[in-house]
Amino acid sequence: MNMKGCDKLVDVGRRQFLRGSVMATAGAAATTVLSSNEAKARPAPARVEYPSNRLANVSQLKPNEPLDITYPDKSSPGVLIKLGTRVPGGVGPAGDIVAFSTLCPHKGFPLNYVAGDKTLTCPGHYSVFDCEKGGLQVLGQSTQNLPQFTLRVAANGDIFAEGVDELIYGRLSNVL
Amino acid sequence: MAFKRYIDRLPIIPPDAKKQNVTCHFCIVGCGYHAYTWPVNKQGGSDPSQNIFKTDLSKQQGGETDAWYAPSMYNIVQQDARDVHIVIKPDKGCEVNSGLGSIRGARMAEMSYSKARATQQQRLTHPMVFRYGQMQPTSWDDALDLVTRVTVAMLKEPGGEDNLFVSAFDHGGAGGGYENTWGTGKLYFGAMKVKNIRIHNRPAYNSEVHATRDMGVGELNNCYEDAELCDTIVAVGTNAYETQTNYFLNHWIPNLRGTSLQKKQQQLAGEPHAAGRIIIVDPRRTSTVAACEIEAGKDNVLHLAIESGTDMVLFNAILTHIVEKGWHDKEFIAASTKDFDKAVAANKTSLADAARITGLKAEDIAKAAAWIAEPKQGRRRRAMFAYEKGLIWGNDNYRTNAALVNVALATGNIGRPGGGCVRMGGHQEGYSRPSDAHVGRPAAYVDQLLIEGKGGVHHIWGCDHYKTTLNAHKFKQAYKKRTDIVKDAMNAVPAGDRPAQVAAIVDAIKKGGLFAVDVDIVPTKIGEACHVWLPAATSGEMNLTSMNGERRMRLTERYMDPPGEAMPDCLIAARIANHMERVLRELGDAKYADQFKGFDWKTEEDAFMDGYHAHEKGGQFVTYERLRAMGTNGFQEPATEFKDGKIVGTKRLYTDGKFSTKDGKATFMEAQWRGLQAPGKEEQKKKFKYLINNGRTNHVWQNAYLDQDNEFIMDRWPYPFIEINPHDMKELNVSAGDLVEVYNDDGSTQAMVYPTPTAKRGHTFMLFAYPTGVQGNVVNAGTNELILPNYKQTWANIRKLASAPASVKHLSFKSQEYKMG
Repeated sequence: MNMKGCDKLVDVGRRQFLRGSVMATAGAAATTVLSSNEAKARPAPARVEYPSNRLANVSQLKPNEPLDITYPDKSSPGVLIKLGTRVPGGVGPAGDIVAFSTLCPHKGFPLNYVAGDKTLTCPGHYSVFDCEKGGLQVLGQSTQNLPQFTLRVAANGDIFAEGVDELIYGRLSNVL
Repeated sequence: MAFKRYIDRLPIIPPDAKKQNVTCHFCIVGCGYHAYTWPVNKQGGSDPSQNIFKTDLSKQQGGETDAWYAPSMYNIVQQDARDVHIVIKPDKGCEVNSGLGSIRGARMAEMSYSKARATQQQRLTHPMVFRYGQMQPTSWDDALDLVTRVTVAMLKEPGGEDNLFVSAFDHGGAGGGYENTWGTGKLYFGAMKVKNIRIHNRPAYNSEVHATRDMGVGELNNCYEDAELCDTIVAVGTNAYETQTNYFLNHWIPNLRGTSLQKKQQQLAGEPHAAGRIIIVDPRRTSTVAACEIEAGKDNVLHLAIESGTDMVLFNAILTHIVEKGWHDKEFIAASTKDFDKAVAANKTSLADAARITGLKAEDIAKAAAWIAEPKQGRRRRAMFAYEKGLIWGNDNYRTNAALVNVALATGNIGRPGGGCVRMGGHQEGYSRPSDAHVGRPAAYVDQLLIEGKGGVHHIWGCDHYKTTLNAHKFKQAYKKRTDIVKDAMNAVPAGDRPAQVAAIVDAIKKGGLFAVDVDIVPTKIGEACHVWLPAATSGEMNLTSMNGERRMRLTERYMDPPGEAMPDCLIAARIANHMERVLRELGDAKYADQFKGFDWKTEEDAFMDGYHAHEKGGQFVTYERLRAMGTNGFQEPATEFKDGKIVGTKRLYTDGKFSTKDGKATFMEAQWRGLQAPGKEEQKKKFKYLINNGRTNHVWQNAYLDQDNEFIMDRWPYPFIEINPHDMKELNVSAGDLVEVYNDDGSTQAMVYPTPTAKRGHTFMLFAYPTGVQGNVVNAGTNELILPNYKQTWANIRKLASAPASVKHLSFKSQEYKMG
């Protein structure tokens, strides 16, 4: 898939994100029946609200060929990979589809996919992350394992990203 | 699944947060950090006016940004008895690391004591004594009274101060520093003259690099910038990417990439320059080798995968070849050294002989010699020599160390830019003590003496023999037996009857028992055998000074409170001295009591002024206030003056060609090959199938004393790994993640199989000093003549204990080598 098409998918996701947020706020106001001033004083939820973004359709993925995506927004690059073998956290009919941030959590260098090892590696400081093991850092200087995007596959094969399990490099909130 | 924190946002540092200087308290490199703290009920915001970075944090920040920190860099700690947010993040302005943080140092905040976030709850918070069959909290006065009464009682027995055995750190960083080495030093070498003393990672009180010192060449003689300036880096027994990470990334890699060329041309004008080359002497293909090949190209990396323990032969052959070619630095040799001809004659080794013994190709040895010394268009080639545990904890330490320094001296590479012959170092340094001359040479083999039943009282400071000694299996058996005799005796007498307790303990000691006192920040493995635990503060919970591998001295400011009643080691030593004085006066021994005067320190700064400031070379120019102003760059020791508000330091040693000998001449040393030197090694090699090479890994600092309570690390390494060639695995009928027993006549231990195709057949590599499998269990008792252990050359057999347990099913066993996508 080319980058342009990929971006389009993300745009769809962003629109859904915006719409979803607005709806959530409205819903909260409706159920608590508070004035707008008091509603502002409500504590924020413990975790950030992640958008549900469509990344691709299962049919578009080829085994061991990473697809560039972004999540939870356009400035956060990642990859969607059909690994070819069932892995913990994998989705899809074969349980082998995963997605990760491709900003190295050490210093933010863009990671490269090594198809032979099914790892993402960092040209900056040589960190290696295992895509088959939830982004476990095999060796390297990051103090986190690689942020993985939580995926859901709809009945029609559309793949949605709906969460992140670690802090993405370069942002102090996963959703900006 | 891999461990994930599910932290999706962090509190933002407000503009008015307090900012303090921090030097990472783990490895020798000593990366600069800052600690930012602010009240727990405040937070910054994403608007540029609301955060310390003056940056719009609602936007994605780019690579290498200053305006981001990882969850591991954040915590909530106590400062002046109040909860505060803390962020400890690498300092871009520090010349050492330029903003880089390693997997170890960048977890400093997360590995701080926090009740609020339940981190490092293992820390010792109160003095504990063995009472009613278990360790119980008590007061400082009660614990110190027991310690000193038993100690004094044993000092009064025949043998006197030789009855007191001491294990003490001698270094910088956490569990050390100038304040704390002075505190313990003044107690044991000043007030007393204790000679049965050993250091944290070896069984005696000795230098790991005696030979270079005897030759007049201090082991930390260059600066990190020399790695950027040299033509060739010669790395011996050091896996720098994993163990001195940011020295490697920030100073070696730029040279290998060619990005330090401009610096070379500016600082060393008038000679040809190219991107650097590197020679790596290591029997194992490490992640360092892989990274160097990527950056410098395979043609510029010479990995000499020698037969384990034969380094000396290689260095002698290189020296011989250089001299035969006439590439040695004749002027320098004549002006600044002695015994060159003698050493060249004695150490003469042909390429053919060296190839036979080391298993290398003769042409590769010749190539190494050329990379080190072949003139570049008529100009002297610049080589920097860096060595560490592969040499230090390897075969025939003293002579091998000498053989390498010979090559550096012969090529004029000490005291000059782009040169140096240095140990890479483990921890930072911070040694300031009264003379240790009474310890003697060779020093007492303390661990062996303890096994043999010698000594009555053992004071332990930040050491864990159970994890970091040789012959560890036998040591633990003997130590447990001896300390149990005392525990049983203590159990038989009411704890509240102090005279009866002391009498019972002394009686038990006379029956072969040992009374053990453990001063540490966490409960240790050896602590399980001890009778008193005294809680110490660590770096950042106290002001602490240390120097790094280029003698760069900094002050880490106290940014948080120690847990509970924990105190800096120097003040614990002072309080022990105070109690010793009191008890001795009670006994009417005024003369002995007077020896314990001079410990009226109230703060660690008092200890610093009494020790480093008053006793060390250039110390008169150094104070806390001045160090604070020098920030994370500090100065390089020794200080030479205080000028324009700054401490002036020394970038390189020996630039005047005068060395640390009486006549100022560096001395070449004879170093003749004598095979596997330590007693028992040759027999072990013949009898057992696998070389159990061993060392550190990137993730873990030292013996994992803090990492053992860090989920990110324990998730990766629940057990120590042992790298095994897949063909050997097949023979052993084991798979990835299986637990195996490593065993020989000296002991046994366990490890987790990590398939490693690059490992040679019959050669394994096991993680050293790990709590869930101690490699030292299978290292035999043999040492060199100065009681230096040889951990590296160890042979054992391997057998399966269990198939991969559930706790390792989530792990990756893929290659740890970086590959380009």
